[in-house]
Amino acid sequence: MNDMTRVERTVDSKAIKIAANDVQVHYGDTHAIKDVNVEIEDKTVTAFIGPSGCGKSTFLRCLNRMNDTIDICRVTGDILLDGEDIYDKRVDPVQLRAKVGMVFQKPNPFPKSIYDNVAYGPRIHGLAKNKAELDELVEKSLRRGAIWDEVKDRLDAPGTGLSGGQQQRLCIARAVATEPEVLLMDEPCSALDPIATAQVEELIDDLRKRYSVVIVTHSMQQAARVSQKTAFFHLGNLVEFGETGQIFTNPEDPRTESYITGRIG
Amino acid sequence: MTDISQTPDTTPVAKPKGSLFDKDARTKRRNAAEGRFKLYGIAAIGIGLLMLVVLVTKIVTAGTGAFQQSFLELSVELKEDKLDKKGNRNIEDIKKVSTFGYAPLISAALEAEVQKLGIQTDLKPKGMGKILSKATQADLRNYVIANPDEIGNTVSFRFLVNSRVDGYMKGRVTRESIANDKSISVPQLDLVDQLRDAGVLYKTFNPDFIFGSDASDQRPEAAGIGVSMLGSLFMMLVVLALALPIGVAASIYLEEFAPQNRLTDIIEVNISNLAAVPSIVFGILGLAVFINYMHLPTSAPLVGGLVLTLMTLPTIIISTRASLKAVPPSIRDAALGVGASKMQSVFHHVLPLAAPGILTGTIIGLAQALGETAPLLLIGMVGFIASNPPDGIVAGFLSPNSAMPAQIYEWSKRADPAFYERAWGGIIILLIFLVTMNTIAVILRRRFERRW
Repeated sequence: MNDMTRVERTVDSKAIKIAANDVQVHYGDTHAIKDVNVEIEDKTVTAFIGPSGCGKSTFLRCLNRMNDTIDICRVTGDILLDGEDIYDKRVDPVQLRAKVGMVFQKPNPFPKSIYDNVAYGPRIHGLAKNKAELDELVEKSLRRGAIWDEVKDRLDAPGTGLSGGQQQRLCIARAVATEPEVLLMDEPCSALDPIATAQVEELIDDLRKRYSVVIVTHSMQQAARVSQKTAFFHLGNLVEFGETGQIFTNPEDPRTESYITGRIG
Repeated sequence: MTDISQTPDTTPVAKPKGSLFDKDARTKRRNAAEGRFKLYGIAAIGIGLLMLVVLVTKIVTAGTGAFQQSFLELSVELKEDKLDKKGNRNIEDIKKVSTFGYAPLISAALEAEVQKLGIQTDLKPKGMGKILSKATQADLRNYVIANPDEIGNTVSFRFLVNSRVDGYMKGRVTRESIANDKSISVPQLDLVDQLRDAGVLYKTFNPDFIFGSDASDQRPEAAGIGVSMLGSLFMMLVVLALALPIGVAASIYLEEFAPQNRLTDIIEVNISNLAAVPSIVFGILGLAVFINYMHLPTSAPLVGGLVLTLMTLPTIIISTRASLKAVPPSIRDAALGVGASKMQSVFHHVLPLAAPGILTGTIIGLAQALGETAPLLLIGMVGFIASNPPDGIVAGFLSPNSAMPAQIYEWSKRADPAFYERAWGGIIILLIFLVTMNTIAVILRRRFERRW
C-alpha cells in the first residue's frame, strides 16, 4: 500500500521540463506562432498535432534554437528549460542542443560508418575518455535506439546503406548518445513504412523512461498511441493542450474536434 | 451532392476519336517536329566533332615534327694545341678559348668524314660546315669544359644540323624552295643526301625539345620548351598556394557564415562579374600593382602566378560555393542537432562532402591558368628568351622566365619557319598537360561522388 501511494505521487507530480510563455515567432513578415503557452513535463511523451503549416514544427525547432540558423526567423517570449531561459543572451545554442537532442523528419545519417555516426556527438562533447568507454557508449546508444542487434556485426558499414527505418533508429541512437535531457522528434515516421513506424513507436515509448520526448506528427493515431499529452496547433495558435485521452475523446474546442474527426486539415 | 445534380452537364458526350492505329494530323506534325529537332541536335554534335577532329589532326601533323631532329655524327679530334695551349688542364685557361676556337676543329672533322666516306663535293670546308647548326661550337665547348680530361682524344659527337637541313630531312625544304635562300645551297643539299645515305646524318627523337631551353632566332634547331615548362610549374605552384586557400576560405565564409544582406549580395554579384573579366585586364592590373607599385621583378613566375591567382580565384570560389550548396542541408541539421558548432558542422561534415567538387573546380581553374597567355604579355613573360634554366627554387620564382603558352606565342612570332613547327609541338605538350589535368578532375568527380 505504501509502495502504491509513492508510485501514484511520482506519476502525478511530474516536474515541468520545458515551459513556454507567450512565444511569438515571425518569419520575416509572417507571424508563424502566436502567443503559445505550454508546459512540457519530464519523462512524458508530448505530441504536437495539427494541419500542415500550423506552426508545430516551427515551435518544436524553437525548443533547441534550430531556428537560429534561419536568418529571417525571430523568436520572442520565454522558453524555460529547467527554469532557465534558453533565449537568454548568455546561452550558447550549441550547449543547449547537447541537452535538447533532435531527430528529423527525413533520416539523415552522416555519410560515415554506423559507429562514427553514433560516436560523433560524444566525441565533440568529450563524453568518453578512451576508446573502450566510447565503444561502450556507442553500444549503449545503439541498444537504446533498438538497432544494436541489427548492426552489431557491421559497425564499420556506412550508415547511409541501412534501410529507411534502420536509418531513423540510427539517428535516434545518435541523438541519445549525447545524453540529452529532452528529445525532439519532427515527424520521425513520415518517411517510414508501417513496420518501421511500429518499431520506432515502440522505441519512443521506451525512451520516455529516461527523457522528455516531444514529437510532431501528422498521424493522429500515432499521437494517440505514443503520447501522454497532446497539443493541437491551428494557424499558429495553440488551440488546446491536455491529456491525450481527453483531447481525443472529449475535446473542449470545436476546432480540435473538427480536426480529429477529419473535417478540417 | 445535391448541388451537382441540380446543374446537369449539358455538353454532349465526346465522340470516339477514331482508330488508335491511324495517326491524326496533329500527332504527325508533332512527331515530325521531334524528328527534326533530333536531326538538328545530331548535326550540331557532328559539326562539333568534325571541328575537333580537324583541329587535332592539324596539331598532330604540324607538331610531331618538332619532337624529331636531324643530327650529324662526327668524330672530333680535340687538339690540345688549340684548346689548352699550356697543357695543364686548368679550367680557367680552357674557358679562355671562345666558341670561334672550336670552329676549325668541327670543320676539320667534317672534312675528314667526307673524305673517309668518299663523298664527291665541290664545296669548300667552310661551305660544308654551314650544314651544321650554329649551336654546335658552343655545344662542343660546353662538353670540353665539362670534361677537360678528353682533350687530346678523338671523341664521337652528335651535332645538330642547320634548321634548313633539318627541314630538308623532314620534307619542309626542297631544292625548289631554296632558290632565294642564302643560308643553304643545292650543293649543300647534295652533300646532305650523301651523308644521309651513308647513315651518319639521321633523324631521331629529340628530348632537348621537351627538356631543353629556348634558343635565339638564329638557332631554331636548338630551341626547347623545358625552361618555360619550369616557368609554368612555378606559376602553378603560386596559384595553387594562394588561390586554393583564399578561394575555399572565401566561399566557406560566404556560403555558410555570412549573413544574407545587401553587402554579401553585392560581393556575390561582383565575384560572378570578376569571372567574366577579360584576362588582359588582370594582366594590366598585375603590371600596375605588382611591378610598378610593389616593384616585384619583371617577367618573374611569382608575378605571373599572382596575376593568374587573381584570374583563377573567381572560378574556384564559384565552383566551391556550388559544391557546398550541393551538400544537403539535412547533413548540417544533423550535425547541429547533436550539438556541433557551426564550424564543426562545416569542417567535419560539409567540407569533406564538398571536397571532390572543390578539387575538380581547382584543377579546372589551374588548367585555365596554365593555358592563359594574355596577362603574361603585360608582365613581360612573353618575349623573354628562356635560354637558361633557373638555378634553384628561389630563382625559379624570382628570376625572369617564360611560360608554356607564352613560349608558343613567342615561337609563332618568329620569322624562321622552323619555329612554326616548334610552336605546334609546344601546343601538343600544353594540350597533353591540359587533357591530363581535366582527366584527373573527371576521375576525382566520378570516384568520390556521393549519393544521399
